[in-house]
Amino acid sequence: MGTELQKVVITVIGVDRVGIVASISSILAESGANIIDISQTIMGDLFAMVMMIDISKASVEFKALKERLEQEGSRLGVEVKAQHEQIFRYMHRV
Amino acid sequence: MRFAIEEILETIQMIGTSRLDIRTVTLGVNLFDCSDRDGEVAGEKAYRKLLRLGKNLCTVTSDIETEFGIPIVNTRLSVSPVSWIVSSNNPEDYVRFVKWLDRAAEELGVNFIGGYSAMVQKGFSTGDRALIESIPEALSRTERVCSSINVASTRAGINMDAVLLMGHIIKRCAEATADKDGLACAKLVVFANAVEDNPFMAGSFHGSGEPECVINIGVSGPGVVKDAIKKLGDGNLGDIAEVIKRTSFKITRMGELVGNEISKRLGIPFGVVDVSLAPTPAVGDSVAEILEEMGLEACGGHGSTAALAMLVDAVKKGGCFASSSVGGLSGAFIPVSEDAAMIRAAEEKVITLDKLEAMTSVCSVGLDMIAIPGDTSAEVIAGIIADEAAIGMINHKTTGVRIIPAPGKTVGDYVEFGGLLGRAPVMAVNSANPAAFVRRGGRIPAPIHSLKN
Repeated sequence: MGTELQKVVITVIGVDRVGIVASISSILAESGANIIDISQTIMGDLFAMVMMIDISKASVEFKALKERLEQEGSRLGVEVKAQHEQIFRYMHRV
Repeated sequence: MRFAIEEILETIQMIGTSRLDIRTVTLGVNLFDCSDRDGEVAGEKAYRKLLRLGKNLCTVTSDIETEFGIPIVNTRLSVSPVSWIVSSNNPEDYVRFVKWLDRAAEELGVNFIGGYSAMVQKGFSTGDRALIESIPEALSRTERVCSSINVASTRAGINMDAVLLMGHIIKRCAEATADKDGLACAKLVVFANAVEDNPFMAGSFHGSGEPECVINIGVSGPGVVKDAIKKLGDGNLGDIAEVIKRTSFKITRMGELVGNEISKRLGIPFGVVDVSLAPTPAVGDSVAEILEEMGLEACGGHGSTAALAMLVDAVKKGGCFASSSVGGLSGAFIPVSEDAAMIRAAEEKVITLDKLEAMTSVCSVGLDMIAIPGDTSAEVIAGIIADEAAIGMINHKTTGVRIIPAPGKTVGDYVEFGGLLGRAPVMAVNSANPAAFVRRGGRIPAPIHSLKN
């Protein structure tokens, strides 16, 4: 994976409950992904959390991490997405 | 964080609820080096070349989809106009050739391959005639091949012999696939001013000015535009144009990103992003709904042409700012069968063929996916094509006709194609007979403003 594709944005959207941040963070820690930033907000009834992570030193491939996070999301009843940071940079920055 | 959380969530929402997607990744391939008089020989060469260049297309596309989290709906192929590749006077050679194209598309896992085409705006070569003659058989015997014939241009005028011939070919295509509501007609476009780098089907082909091979991207997102207008709430039309422009900018940037990345990974040059609002039959993925969101009771009512003109212009302006590679057809498509709100408007007879024709003078293509009664004559179809071609010729724009004279059906019946091609109510045509006019043949001369040098 090239150096420019190492920043990944993780979004978690769903009904707020105890342990969401903890579960997602522990998967990231196990995978060697470094959390660069975290931000969260409330959208109507929903909780939204956005994390920027760096996977340049991660022990797993992006695809595997993405699948693991999505599985954890369905266990927690929230929607978890992992996308390369580029998509946001292209859309919101000139 | 480098991004505001609102920005991240806006992107997520555009993809999730507003159905933003990359509509097509189309690999264009030049087949000039596969040329032969024997369709079988040329076909096998073309097949091998397509398999060699396209072998990683679907894998790379799927990887990008996963990494960026943006859906890529279709991967497709387009090739040089086949009438230039098979130089035969025998339609059978073209039918032998086309089977290889279909086979290549199937084996590569792409859903359509375009370029079963000829450019006859000024006249026919021997190969052009043979290819056109073979279209009904070629399209009814293959699953994935799409055909387009350019019968007019601003520079050359309208080849009325070709217009009438295409009227007959469309009828024969419908008859050859009568058991499927005339499906072959859904894979055939008659163009004026066809563009050489359009990634969208059925009119995609790899033009003569294109490189050896190229990746062209078609981005869409009518739902995103509609939702953005909805969010604006009250606002004058200038405000709406501004919102459309900004949304189109964002949509186009996605195409630019995906195009560059696919191009890099395949080692194939990136051509254009075609930013075209292309509807699908899915709810919320409709161009007609954008016009309704602007304030029209239904698409097709008075005001529709003005609303569409503004939409198409704003889409182009936003797109041009987002990428230096905007090309193809860029604008908005108004196919009837592929747009839920358009189907509804046709059912309620709010939209008619005449109004659609008016709207094609400002949309990015033309009369698209319209079902008409099966007993419509070839001459009436030729009249419809001639009118569309005239709009394109005079206004320096691409126009096309993709029309289905549904076998055995009449106004009030439906054609059902399923999938992206959707379903459409059969619409009434004006039955006054243009036969004597279209049978005169010859060429409608190019307009005075074609002399620009």
